[in-house]
Amino acid sequence: MSILLNKDSRLMVQGFTGGTGTFHSKQCLEYGTNIVAGVTPGRGGTTHLDRPVFNTVSEAVRQTGADVSLIFVPAPFAADAVLEATDAGVALAICITEGIPVLDMARVKRALDASARAGVRVRMVGPNCPGVITPGECKAGIMPGYIHKPGRIGIVSRSGTLTYEAVHQTSQQGLGQSTVVGIGGDPIAGSNFVDILELFESDPATDAVVMIGEIGGSAEEDAARFYRERMSKPVFGFIAGRSAPPGRRMGHAGAIIEGGSGTHASKVKALREAGVTVVENLNEIGATVAKALKQKASV
Amino acid sequence: MKLLEYESKELFRAHRIPVPPSGGVITTMAQLPAALKRAGKGPWVIKAQVLAGGRGKAGGIKLARTPAEAREAAKSILGMTLVTHQTQGQGLKVREVLIEGGAKIEREIYLSVVMDRKACGPTIIASAEGGMEIERLAAEKPEAILRQPVDPSTGLPDFAARRLAFQLGLPPQHTAGFCHLVKSLVWLFLEHDCSLVEVNPLVLTPKGLMALDGKVVTDDNALFRHPELAKRKDPELSSLEREAKKADLSYIGLDGSIGCMVNGAGLAMGTMDTIVLAGGRPANFLDVGGAANEERVTKAFQLILKDAKVKAVLVNIFGGIVKCDMIAAGILAALKKVKLRVPLVVRLQGTNVEKGRELLSQAKVNIIPAEDLWDAARKAVEVAR
Repeated sequence: MSILLNKDSRLMVQGFTGGTGTFHSKQCLEYGTNIVAGVTPGRGGTTHLDRPVFNTVSEAVRQTGADVSLIFVPAPFAADAVLEATDAGVALAICITEGIPVLDMARVKRALDASARAGVRVRMVGPNCPGVITPGECKAGIMPGYIHKPGRIGIVSRSGTLTYEAVHQTSQQGLGQSTVVGIGGDPIAGSNFVDILELFESDPATDAVVMIGEIGGSAEEDAARFYRERMSKPVFGFIAGRSAPPGRRMGHAGAIIEGGSGTHASKVKALREAGVTVVENLNEIGATVAKALKQKASV
Repeated sequence: MKLLEYESKELFRAHRIPVPPSGGVITTMAQLPAALKRAGKGPWVIKAQVLAGGRGKAGGIKLARTPAEAREAAKSILGMTLVTHQTQGQGLKVREVLIEGGAKIEREIYLSVVMDRKACGPTIIASAEGGMEIERLAAEKPEAILRQPVDPSTGLPDFAARRLAFQLGLPPQHTAGFCHLVKSLVWLFLEHDCSLVEVNPLVLTPKGLMALDGKVVTDDNALFRHPELAKRKDPELSSLEREAKKADLSYIGLDGSIGCMVNGAGLAMGTMDTIVLAGGRPANFLDVGGAANEERVTKAFQLILKDAKVKAVLVNIFGGIVKCDMIAAGILAALKKVKLRVPLVVRLQGTNVEKGRELLSQAKVNIIPAEDLWDAARKAVEVAR
């Protein structure tokens, strides 16, 4: 078991034939991901990387039974690509694209909510994220596959390279990962920490969760509340940006302290008060998790 | 991108949101008499155009009743270094001054549209307690703040605008004016891809409502559909930051002595944090990007070394799809083009890390290798002393 993806997931790639789409689709195929289709408007009827290409997502879904869409469409058109995937009824849309206007995401989020109210739940992960991987089964994203190891730690993060760091450290400690989810660094995301923590909490293959947050917004504070009220599994947190100046965007569109809110201190405080173990030193994420799990096992 | 007050008010005017009579912006004293004339008869308000709140208290906004007073006020503001509670101890040089006609104020109201991350869309924030900063108001009188979420596709419906007018306790003869104003403000927000449009204060005058101040912040991600904004020189950026932006590098100057080059925004922040934890201070944030190739690494080194405060450089790269040996080769090639005047600590991790480290150790350049991030941070702090 795992969350979001497993060996039976049937992937379709939107923006399949572009440079980025081609490069990363190849990497996913090499990892063993079951890519069943690609979508590039105007290229329907051709094949690319030995996979059929369709003009529209609905056609790809109908003909191949794809249930997950991985999106590499450029920023100006990415929100529409997510809407197309939603409309076609995929269960999960993973959007890697960086630089989508925030208002576009606000509109997408409304559409997703409206669809959920009508009884069709489409989950979106991203944008501006590395994607999702269930080690040994399915890689849907741009993360380096080889650093991951099948195991029982769930990882959820707002940052790409910090995810790799946490994956690498837990793998080095002999702990593997159940599923690793990059929720992305934008101000409005398809899934937030609470959505993913909820999935990990009910996943029998996950024993503990590493959660990597950063300054800006209040997703970590919401996660703290969720942990206190609804979670039984241990969560280990790291928050990036304690040294970041207020009012400046630290690379990610969402990593900014605005009007004194979204600070490192407030997030660490909320998480600690809720009972989450917060790691101060980035270098010690893996060691902290390993030590805590060992102690728990020996009790 | 943050717009200056006069730029924000130009947008207001274009959306038919009433603003005070403007005499325009002056950059020299010689332009003052014409500006006063354009603004109509006195009194006038002389306003420093910098990107910071709290200008009034810091002496950046002055009222003038006569041309002589206006001259004195403009003289004191033009060229002054403004330090407000929002400038983090640093001063902002005033190069532009806005000249406006005064307004007879009967009431002050706070009104803004913000991109509300929690609500995942724009939200109107309003309060009958105008003139006060919203952060302070939120802390001291949260019950005085009204919130109205807005549909990002359809804007604000009439009934919601009307309800706000009544909740703010505006006299009934101003309901229509307010509805028009707040709906226009929402359209401005949606049309220009804003993350904030603030009017503080919105004032009630004998002639109606008027935006006495204006602040607009736009979403950088949406610049591709706003060519007029994309062309604009962002006054908030330092010259190094501007240079970095041109090279498509994400760079933010800070006040420490350890230059950082990292791939990924999160890891770049994490690296800065680790330096602080090890007792040092980062000189910058720099995300060199996923493809940390020779060209980008070279440019990144050049930028970091232009900062005279830099006493050591820490390179922290997690090689994923781009393998560590490729990155090491890129660093070595860059070092042939850039003269390194300070010690360099390199931490590589990820795919082909052994090959990468071997390449660096065999090179004829003096590179301090680090095992992990903590080791790297401590070594960088040590050599920067």
